[in-house]
Amino acid sequence: MAGGFVIAVASGKGGTGKTTIATNLARVASETGERVCYIDCDVEEPNGHIFLKPEIAEREDATVEIPHVDAAKCTACGECGALCQYSAIVCLGGQVLVFDRLCHSCGGCWQVCPAGAITPEPMKIGEIEIGKSGRIDFASGRLRIGHVMTPALIRKVKTYIDPAGLTILDVPPGTSCPVVNSLRGVDFVLLVTEPTPFGLNDLKLAVELTRDLGLPFGVVINRHGIGNDAVEQYCQDESIDVLLHLADDRRIAEAYSSGKMIADELPGIRRQFHGLLTYLDRMRALQHAPR
Amino acid sequence: MKIAITSVGPALDSQVDPRFGRAAYFVLVDTETLEFTAVENAGAAAGGGAGVSAAKAVIDAGAEAVLTGNCGPNAERALRAADVKLFTGVAGTVAEAVEQYKAGKLVEAAGPSVPSHFGAGG
Repeated sequence: MAGGFVIAVASGKGGTGKTTIATNLARVASETGERVCYIDCDVEEPNGHIFLKPEIAEREDATVEIPHVDAAKCTACGECGALCQYSAIVCLGGQVLVFDRLCHSCGGCWQVCPAGAITPEPMKIGEIEIGKSGRIDFASGRLRIGHVMTPALIRKVKTYIDPAGLTILDVPPGTSCPVVNSLRGVDFVLLVTEPTPFGLNDLKLAVELTRDLGLPFGVVINRHGIGNDAVEQYCQDESIDVLLHLADDRRIAEAYSSGKMIADELPGIRRQFHGLLTYLDRMRALQHAPR
Repeated sequence: MKIAITSVGPALDSQVDPRFGRAAYFVLVDTETLEFTAVENAGAAAGGGAGVSAAKAVIDAGAEAVLTGNCGPNAERALRAADVKLFTGVAGTVAEAVEQYKAGKLVEAAGPSVPSHFGAGG
């Protein structure tokens, strides 16, 4: 047993193929007898289930704590509203109003209330679906429409990381709070990009973030053959390993657009994913090697 | 009585700002004397909660009515809780808005005129 290893599949730019890489990597790894867990952290628009087609065994509500004000105890002193940076709790004309969708659950208001009138109560922000796709353990978060506590839900989805197996996180696009919360604590990051000026620009942002978090990473170039070689040149200049090139191939697009796994449809692609896994296994062995 | 008009500038001849939470200024006008003060909206560029903090600002300034273009649900709820009258769909200059209000030509809003984040742009 090689010990737990968490790989995050991320990208600055959206639509570069994170889910394609994450789901196919999970599928190919699971066929080697490996213990594999796939977690969809893209809770604002999860789509890994379309490809992995898991059987969902359980649904768990994800909640955060928001203030509940006991009007009988409240003295309308206004300290809660003065503290809140999001105007989620506000004291107006002798009464306290709570705007639950604005609350970031810091807990400051019930700490600061001198009358003990504020207590925490749960608010549902989303759901986590837990199940199996073949041998793969599957977990996926889904944020409720109109809610903003994306990082809180991502942190809860990440509690399903298998501490002893290989876990693959499908990370939301971009470089903001949801991405930072997805990447924190992982062992390796795969940055998926495309060889275009847009792909390069957003790859640079993602590299900056990943370096800032102090995480080892490598690049996957998807739709290789379009655009130009500026991404290759950048990776060479920055001494970044390009771990996989997926060709710009109509058969990949056809499989993707009908919800099929490219590793199942195209044997050449399957071999490429095995090659990537070999590299990642080496990283995993280094991670667990005695120092 | 004191009323608050959302405004793009700090004067009576400034245009009414069509947004409440993201308005540049609130011009507070005494409807009897027409004396006025303008306060900058500190929450105009807030990440979120701009409507609520704008409501608190005008309530704390003693306004009994708000004249603006549009108002979202959070701000509307806050104003209603403090019994501040809300008039939406107001346009023109601040002075013209005050005139219309005094002439009884404005109709009080029955609720929010736009959904959340309407005035945040982008």
